[in-house]
Amino acid sequence: MNFKISSFANRTEIFGFLVLAVLIVVILPLALDIFRLNLIGKYLTYAFVAIGLVLCWGAGGILSLGQGVFFGLGGYCMAMFLKLEASTPEATKIQSTPGIPDFMDWNQLTELPWFWEPFHSFPLTLVAILVVPTVFAYILGVAMFKRRVGGVYFAIITQAIAAILTILIIGQQGYTGGVNGITDLRTLMGWDIRTESAQYTLYFVNAFLLFVVLLVAQYVRKSKLGRLLVAMREKEDRVRFSGYSVANFKIFVFCLGAAFSAIGGAMFTLQVGFMSPSFVGIVPSIEMVIFTAVGGRLSILGAVWGALIINQAKTLLSEAFPELWLLAMGGLFIAVVMAFPNGLAGLYTTYVEPRLPKFLSGNGGKDADDDSDADVPLASKQAAE
Amino acid sequence: MQTEVKDFVLSVEGLTVSFDGFKAVDDLSFYVEEEEIRVIIGPNGAGKTTVLDLICGKTQASHGSIKFRDTELTDLSENQIVHAGVGRKFQNPSIYEDLTVFENLELSFPRGHGVFGALVFKRDKEVIDRVEEIAADIFLSDHLQQPAGLLSHGQKQWLEIGMLLIQDPDLLMLDEPVAGMSVSERVKTAELLQRIIKGRSVLVIEHDMKFVEDIAHRVTVLHQGKMLSEGSMDHVQNDPKVVEVYLGH
Amino acid sequence: MFDGYTFSELTSILAMQGFAGLILFSVFVLMALGLAIIFGQMGVINMAHGEFMILGAYVTYICSNVFSTYLPSLFGIYFFVAMILAFIASGALGAAVEWTMIRHLYKRPLDTLLATWGLSLILQQVYRSVFGAREVGVTLPDYLLGSFQLTDMVEVPINGVFVMCLTILITAGVAYLMFKSAWGRQVRAVVQNRAMAGAVGINTAKVDRGTYALGCGIAGVAGSAFTMVGSTGPTSGQLYIVDTFLVVVFGGAQSLLGTIASAFAISQSQSTLEFFLSGSMAKILTLLTVVGILMLRPQGLFSLKIRR
Repeated sequence: MNFKISSFANRTEIFGFLVLAVLIVVILPLALDIFRLNLIGKYLTYAFVAIGLVLCWGAGGILSLGQGVFFGLGGYCMAMFLKLEASTPEATKIQSTPGIPDFMDWNQLTELPWFWEPFHSFPLTLVAILVVPTVFAYILGVAMFKRRVGGVYFAIITQAIAAILTILIIGQQGYTGGVNGITDLRTLMGWDIRTESAQYTLYFVNAFLLFVVLLVAQYVRKSKLGRLLVAMREKEDRVRFSGYSVANFKIFVFCLGAAFSAIGGAMFTLQVGFMSPSFVGIVPSIEMVIFTAVGGRLSILGAVWGALIINQAKTLLSEAFPELWLLAMGGLFIAVVMAFPNGLAGLYTTYVEPRLPKFLSGNGGKDADDDSDADVPLASKQAAE
Repeated sequence: MQTEVKDFVLSVEGLTVSFDGFKAVDDLSFYVEEEEIRVIIGPNGAGKTTVLDLICGKTQASHGSIKFRDTELTDLSENQIVHAGVGRKFQNPSIYEDLTVFENLELSFPRGHGVFGALVFKRDKEVIDRVEEIAADIFLSDHLQQPAGLLSHGQKQWLEIGMLLIQDPDLLMLDEPVAGMSVSERVKTAELLQRIIKGRSVLVIEHDMKFVEDIAHRVTVLHQGKMLSEGSMDHVQNDPKVVEVYLGH
Repeated sequence: MFDGYTFSELTSILAMQGFAGLILFSVFVLMALGLAIIFGQMGVINMAHGEFMILGAYVTYICSNVFSTYLPSLFGIYFFVAMILAFIASGALGAAVEWTMIRHLYKRPLDTLLATWGLSLILQQVYRSVFGAREVGVTLPDYLLGSFQLTDMVEVPINGVFVMCLTILITAGVAYLMFKSAWGRQVRAVVQNRAMAGAVGINTAKVDRGTYALGCGIAGVAGSAFTMVGSTGPTSGQLYIVDTFLVVVFGGAQSLLGTIASAFAISQSQSTLEFFLSGSMAKILTLLTVVGILMLRPQGLFSLKIRR
């Protein structure tokens, strides 16, 4: 395969990617103490979800309000493994049934439920983190996209699914840890994840995975599949009558978004040390959409910035003025939707980029060009039907 | 009912579709031969567009059969129908306004139609040559790198026609290809259509009688979902039934 | 699971659960009516609908306090005053929101969802700042307390019956407005063909604002009725929004009759299941069934087959 960088990313994108890499890998670790850095790591796990949403929603026009489901499934898979490791018979010998997680004991369970068994094995856990959410997304995708459920209906149904899963997790305390989630996670295969050095390591693993996901997302967007997504968003019927199975492409991108989210969820569990239903339901799922919208629904780099900035602002604001936070978030969201539908990335391309030196501008030189791709502002016709 | 003959490209038999009791197309049968240019005319609401919708799979028939060569189209999904060799242009220009003209044409290039195929699709010389060739045909060579949304109405119509051409379908279905065009665009389009319909079977819906007269081999007149008359333009024009409902206003 | 109950006990239980379901049904219908107008007729996804409802509930709460403090002699009728004020307050807020936000977003339905979500966050915080985070309840007039004893095992609370009667009246009113009045005709005309409606002299912008305001106003009335059977907190609206959307979508977004039928089906199955299973499992089963059916029949229960 004779691979050309220029067909993969234009100069702006490479520049943006490098800036982000320097910030995340060099500047932040040097500038922040481990407590703050760990928080940044947590925010970046949301960026995984936001990147998936850029592909699904920004490019493909499929708005899922249930991405928290996949984030949660990935996170719970990881948490189940860690919890089992923390629940050795020795550590739990005061329980009436030693060797099972504490919350099961509290709920009078006397043996490990069958679906917990695979999570004794780390390789199986890694597989489950990717496969469980993806298969779930696949089933949902087939059920809905094959029957042409789209747009608003898709959004409402995915939201309902987020609600259902949350109620299920909270209701089935004995199996899931209920509303508190799975807590008190300590070691990963004997390695204590709560120490400073472990948190540093996890931060960099997380950053590495984030950039892998970014590259995959960039590849997809630059492929013909990426252009097809944009085409589908605009004129689904035309794509269909050009001989494509529209449903298959939607299923693919929805599954990809789910897999990204799941990786984020698993890294969240590792860095934060617990997983709970409050990261699964309607509110977190919509918050993910907010990050994406603020960053710019068409830009995968924007999605990362959105997740970083909004969460940083949330932390600062809710420490200083807890009352203001919801107001600010609500107002910001309205403003972005009404006035800047392309988010921060849109502001950047409109106001910052033209003032940058020529060599940094993506459309400098002759390639004015085939990779102008999907960054054309969302025209009003986007959802005209 | 006519007996079935093998060298029809398209045999529509007993085609019926009803929307909540309203029969938009009612027991319609007609046959299109190889390399025939068939024009469907009829007053508004006669079911013309619905017939195209039924053939290309956008609408499911209640009864009846649509055979394309030996393939029963009513059993296929839209994309399978396209792959069988049926291409369709919509009434309003249906193009991807956020993509460039080049990308619009490229997406219709018949390769990489699966998910994996689209992921590994490469813009090689074959693709570029073909796109440029088609762009020249549809008078858009100078606009290849423009977002399609910036084209004029007539150019959008041409672009959609180009997107069909690049698929190289055996049966081309055009829904009002010259509607909404300026006089000069109309002349150019007529000339373009004359050129591209050679060697294919074409099914056209059109209101412009001058245009119909120029291109039609045979004309089918629909009225209230039923066939009113069929034959040459002369025959149809002199059919008293047609004169009454359509031409005689 | 039926062991240990006699037949008559079982019927009584079903009757009581059925009645509990009817109260849930009333709340669903009242909330869904407004949403069905806004979503079904206008295509706007109003995620702040729950907050409009809660506004009505808080108005009722204020009225209850004002009347008991200043006009104790008229306390018996405060609820009717409250309902009218709730309608006006929510309707006015709705009109303002339509004018500032929604009218710019008619071509972007998914964006109305996001913008109104932002609005709902703001409203929740405002409620929290003004009324506090704790749930508040209203004092019911004496004649709404107590219950009717139907048989020795079946009794129905009076406030529940009252809410149901209200629901029927409001539904009838809305149906009349939408299907028999000149205004309703204009709304339907605008929905079906905006350009044409404008061309024949209908002020589409005004109709849009009126429709949205009406939908919000009905939500306010729903909130008012809601105080009869439950207490109100800043985030109470969120509890119902997903269910309400499912009710509307499940019924077929364009159809008021469908909305009522689906509200009935969902509320009845949920409350009946609740007796045999835990509340959360009942809710999960109900929601799953609805989602499952929606996947099979995305257009909802009641909808026309049309050429698309």
